[in-house]
Amino acid sequence: MAFWIASSPHNHNHTKTPNLMRLVIYATLPGVLAQWYFFGWGNLIHIGLAMATALVCEFTVLSLRKKPISHELFDGSALLTALLIGICLPALAPWWISVIGTMFAIVIVKQLYGGLGHNPFNPAMAGYVMLLVSFPLQMTIWQPPLSLVAVDLNFANTLTTILTGFTVEGYSVEQVRTSIDGFTMATPLDTLKTNTGLGLTVFESIKNPIFGDNFALGWEWVNAGFLVGGLFLIAKKAIAWQTPLSFLLSLFICSFISYSLNPDSSASTMFHWFSGATMLGAFFILTDPVTGATSNKGRIIVGLLAGLLVYLIRTAGGYPDGVAFAILLCNMSAPLIDQYTRPRTYGHLKGDK
Amino acid sequence: MVESVVERITRGHFWDFHGGIHPPEQKFLTSSKPIKQLSLPKQLIIPLQQHIGREGDLLVTIGDRVLKGQALTLSTNPMVVPIHAPTSGTISAIKMSVIAHPSGLSQLCIFLDVDGEDTWRKRELCHDIEQLTNHQIIEKIADAGIAGMGGAGFPTHIKVNRQPDINFLIINGAECEPYITADDLLMMEQSNAIVDGIKIIDKLLTPAFILIAIEDNKPKAIKALQQATASIEKIKVCVVPTKYPTGGEKQLIQILTGTEVTSGQLPIHAGIVMQNVATCFAINEAVRHDTPLIRRVVTVTGQALNKPQNVWALLGTPINFLLEQCSVQNIENENQPVIMGGPMMGFSVSSELVPIVKTSNCILVPSKVEMPSAFEKESKEVECIRCGQCSDVCPSQLLPQELQWSAKAKDHAQLKKLNLSDCIDCGACAYVCPSQIPLVHYYRIAKAEIREQQQLDLKAEKAKIRFEARKLRLEKEKIARQEKHKKAAAARKAAMNKATPEATGAKSAVAAALARVKAKKASKAQVDTPDAPADLSTEVVDDQKSQVSAAIARAKAKKQLKAEAATKLSNSSDDTNKAVDVDTVETKTTVTQQPTVDDKKAKIAAAVAKAKAKKLSKNAEVTDTDKVTDNTLADKTVAEKTVNIDDKKAKVAAAIAKAKSKALAKANAKAESLNEEKIAANNVSATVTSNVTPTDHSPSNSAQAIPEDIVVTENAENSDSKNQNESLAESTPTPAMDKKAKIAAAIAKAKAKKKLKEASSVENNDQDSV
Repeated sequence: MAFWIASSPHNHNHTKTPNLMRLVIYATLPGVLAQWYFFGWGNLIHIGLAMATALVCEFTVLSLRKKPISHELFDGSALLTALLIGICLPALAPWWISVIGTMFAIVIVKQLYGGLGHNPFNPAMAGYVMLLVSFPLQMTIWQPPLSLVAVDLNFANTLTTILTGFTVEGYSVEQVRTSIDGFTMATPLDTLKTNTGLGLTVFESIKNPIFGDNFALGWEWVNAGFLVGGLFLIAKKAIAWQTPLSFLLSLFICSFISYSLNPDSSASTMFHWFSGATMLGAFFILTDPVTGATSNKGRIIVGLLAGLLVYLIRTAGGYPDGVAFAILLCNMSAPLIDQYTRPRTYGHLKGDK
Repeated sequence: MVESVVERITRGHFWDFHGGIHPPEQKFLTSSKPIKQLSLPKQLIIPLQQHIGREGDLLVTIGDRVLKGQALTLSTNPMVVPIHAPTSGTISAIKMSVIAHPSGLSQLCIFLDVDGEDTWRKRELCHDIEQLTNHQIIEKIADAGIAGMGGAGFPTHIKVNRQPDINFLIINGAECEPYITADDLLMMEQSNAIVDGIKIIDKLLTPAFILIAIEDNKPKAIKALQQATASIEKIKVCVVPTKYPTGGEKQLIQILTGTEVTSGQLPIHAGIVMQNVATCFAINEAVRHDTPLIRRVVTVTGQALNKPQNVWALLGTPINFLLEQCSVQNIENENQPVIMGGPMMGFSVSSELVPIVKTSNCILVPSKVEMPSAFEKESKEVECIRCGQCSDVCPSQLLPQELQWSAKAKDHAQLKKLNLSDCIDCGACAYVCPSQIPLVHYYRIAKAEIREQQQLDLKAEKAKIRFEARKLRLEKEKIARQEKHKKAAAARKAAMNKATPEATGAKSAVAAALARVKAKKASKAQVDTPDAPADLSTEVVDDQKSQVSAAIARAKAKKQLKAEAATKLSNSSDDTNKAVDVDTVETKTTVTQQPTVDDKKAKIAAAVAKAKAKKLSKNAEVTDTDKVTDNTLADKTVAEKTVNIDDKKAKVAAAIAKAKSKALAKANAKAESLNEEKIAANNVSATVTSNVTPTDHSPSNSAQAIPEDIVVTENAENSDSKNQNESLAESTPTPAMDKKAKIAAAIAKAKAKKKLKEASSVENNDQDSV
C-alpha cells in the first residue's frame, strides 16, 4: 500500500489571500458609510461602476493570459482596487472617470506588470493620479457636504448627474456645487490652500462653512470612519501597525512644527489628520503589502517618508492633497528601503549580510 | 555571565526568540495514556544506517540466527553507529527496502524473521558507574548504537566525548511539535532513568550547569523531573513557554541562555551541549543495563486512528504493524497521508513497510478534517503578496518571501546572501502563508540544488587537477619517447654504417638497395675512384648512403667530363656534383630526422620507391637517351629555357636526370645528357635549399610530405603498441590523421608517378619536336 506524499509542514493556519482582501473590504465600511451620510450616493455609484469595470477588465486580461479565472477573479484584489478608486473620486465626477481610472489601474498598473503580487505601484493610487493628471477639471469637481448643497441630491439626481452631468431637475454640476451665497465650493484642503495663497490666515479661512465646527465638515467623519476600520484591521493582524503609525506620526510632527512656528498660515495637526485622504491612505493604501516595504524597519521608514511627502505636497505643492502622489513615491522607494532594512539573521553579526 | 543566566533561570525568566507560531497542539490525543508494550511483530526491517554518518560493516549473513541485542553491524569509524537485533530471530534477507526518508529512498536493510522467544544475548550489568572510566562509558555508548533521538540522529558518543569548558548541558524535553508526546510520556514514566542518564553525561562532560527544558504544556513531566532532580543542585528544570519551534536546538539555546549560536558553528563552540531526553534514557540503558538502542517510544496519533497512543516500538517495526495496533480507520483512502514525525517537520512516508528507526518519534495519521492541506493533491499556491507574515514568524529572522523568489529564480548567489543555509526547515513560514505557498518545499529544492552544484564544482575542480597532471605526464612521456626514438635512430644509424660495407646482411631494404647500387657502380666505375676521396674530403657527408650516392654522382660527372671534354661545361660539373650531393643528403636527412625509420611501412615505401626509380630509369634509358643524343644542342637550349619554368618539371627532371645519369654513366654517355643533368640538378638544389620561388611546389612538397606522413603514422602505431589505453584516450584525431596521412602519401606517390611519366613523355615530345 502506498501512502499520499506531501511536503512538510502538513498543517496550515487556514488563512487565505482572498479572505484577507475581503476583510480589508469590510473594514472600509465605516468610512464608506460616513461618506454616504455626508456626501450622498455619488461615491457609492462610482464604487459600483468601478467594481463592475474591474471585474470585466480582470476577466478579460486573465483570459488573455490563460490564468485560472475562477481562482483569481474573485480573490478580492481587483474589487479592493475598484473600491478604493470609487472612494477617492469626486462624488459627482462623470461615469467615465471611474471606468477609465479602473481600467488603467487593473489592466495597465496591475495585470501588465504580472498581476497580483507583481505590481510595483498601488493600482488604485496610480489610477487616481492618472485621472488627476489627465482630467484635472472633472477630478476637481468636489461636491460639498449635503448639508451645504441647495439641490436635493437624492439617488436619482446623483445618478443622472454622474451619467449626464445634470440632475433630474436640470441643474448642472456647477450649479449643484454652488453654495447659497453663489460661491463655488471646494474641499477644505483646497479652500485653505487657495485662501493661504490669497494672504488670508488660517483662522480667517476656517470661517468658511465647509470647515464646519471642527476641522472639515463631513471629511472629519469620513476620516474617523476609516480610522476605525484601520484599527479593526490592525486588531485582526491583517495589516502591519508600523506603517500607519509612523505615517500619522510623521504627518503630525511635520504639521506640529510648522503650526507652532507659524500658526497663522499653517493648518492644525488634527486638520491634517482628519481631512483629505489621510486615514484612508494610512490604513488602506499605504499598508498594501504588495507595493510597500516588507521588513518592520522598512515599513516604519516608508510611513515616515509618506507623512513627510504628504505634508510637503499639501503645503508647498501644486495639489491640495498629496496622499496619492506621496504613496506612489513611496512605492518607488520601497524596494530600495527593503534592500537596506534586512533584519539580522539568527547567528549572524550585525551588518554581516 | 553563566551565573547571571542561572539567576535568571531560577527566577523563571527566559529570553525569547524571534517569531514562532502556535499551531493546534493536539497533544491530548495521546498524552493521558501510558506507553503501551506491543506484541512482537512477525518481521523487522532494520536499515543499516539510521543516523547521520555512514553505515557499518555487516556482521551477519542471511540465515544467521541472532539473539536480542546482538550487534548486526560493526563500527569502524567514529561516524558509524552500529545497529543491533531488536529481538531474537533469523535473518531472512539483506536487501534494499524503502526507508524513512522524505523521498522514499531505498536502503540496505536486514530482514529479521522474529522467532517470538525474545532471547537476550549475554549481558553484563553495571551496578556502579563510578568504577567505569570515561573512556569505557563512551565505548559502551558507542557500542550501544546510540544516535540523537530528537530527530537529527547525530552519533551520541561523539557529542558526549570530553570537551573542555562546557558551561551548559541542556536536556531538551521541550517537544514543541504538535501531536507528539513521546518525550512527554517518557519523562512521566521514566524520570529517574532519564536523570541517571543525565548523571552519566554529567560525569563525561562535567558542565557547569545542567538545564532541563520542558514546555509549560507538560505539567506532569515537569513535576516528575522536578521530583527526580530535587536533590541535585546542579540540575535545573526550566519551564519554558509553549511556542513552536522552542525545541529547535538554536532556539532553545537562545531561550535559556540568551546567546545565539554563530551561523555555521555548533553549540559546542559556545560551550553548550544539548541532548534529547530519550537519548539520556538510552544512555542509561546502555551503560547500566548493557541494553543497546533497540526500541524507542513512538507516538502513534492522528484522528484517523481509533486508539492513538504512545507505544514502545522495536526499531525496524514496519509502520503498518503500528497502525494495526492503533486501529486505523480508513487507510483505504488512497489520499491518506501517513506522516513520520510531527505535522510541522515530519515527512509523509511512501510505503506501509517503512520501518521505525532511531529518530522516528511519531507516526501521524491525520483525518481530512483536522489537516486538509495534507490531503490536497495540487498546491493551492497563489502569488505572494509580500504580506511579510512569514518573516514575522521566522525563528531565524530570515526573509522567506525574498528567499522564495530567489529560490524560484534559482538565484543561488542571492539565496546565499539571504542566508538560506540558516533556515531550519521549521515550516512556520509556510504554516502562516496566506497565499499557501509551500515555502519550505522551495527551500529544500534550492538547498538540494546548491548542494549538488557544490559537489559538481568540487568534481570539476578535481577533474581539472587530474587533467593537468595527466597533461604534464603525457608531455613528459612524449619527451621521453622522443629521446628514446632519437637514441634508437642513432643506434640504427650506427648499425647501418657497420652493415653497409659488408653488403651482405642487408639489414634494411634501403641499405640493401644502396649496397646493390654501390656494388654495381663500383664494378663499372672503378677507374674513377682515385678522385673520389678528394671530393669526399671537401664534402661534408655524414652518411654512408649519401657517400655512396655522392660517389656515384661524382663518378658520373667525372666520366662525363672526361668523355665530353667540353670546356664551357666543365665549370658546372662541380655544381652538379654538389647539387646531387645536396639532393641526396637532403632526402636522406628528411628521412633520418624522423627517429623512426625502422618502421616496416617506411621500409616498404622506400623499397617501392627504389623499385619505381629503377624501373623509371630503365624506361628513361630506353626512351630518352637515344633521342637526347641526337639533339644535343637543341636539347641544351630547351633545357636552359626550362631552368626557371617549373619546379614540378624540375623535380621530375631531377629524377629523370638521375635515372639518365645512371644509364649514361653505364654507357659513358654524351655531353648533352650531362648538360641536362646539370640544369635539372641546379633546379633541384634551388628548390631544396631555398624554397623561395613562388611557383607551384606541390609535387615536391608532397614528395617531401610523404616521409613525414609516414613518420606520423608510425608514431601513432608505435604509441599504440606501447600503450593502447593512453593513445586511445590521448587523441582521437591521431588515428584519423594516421589514415589521412597514409592516403595522402599514397596519393602523392601516385601523383608523383604520373607526373614523372607525363613529364618524361612531355620532355620527350619536346625534345622530339625540337
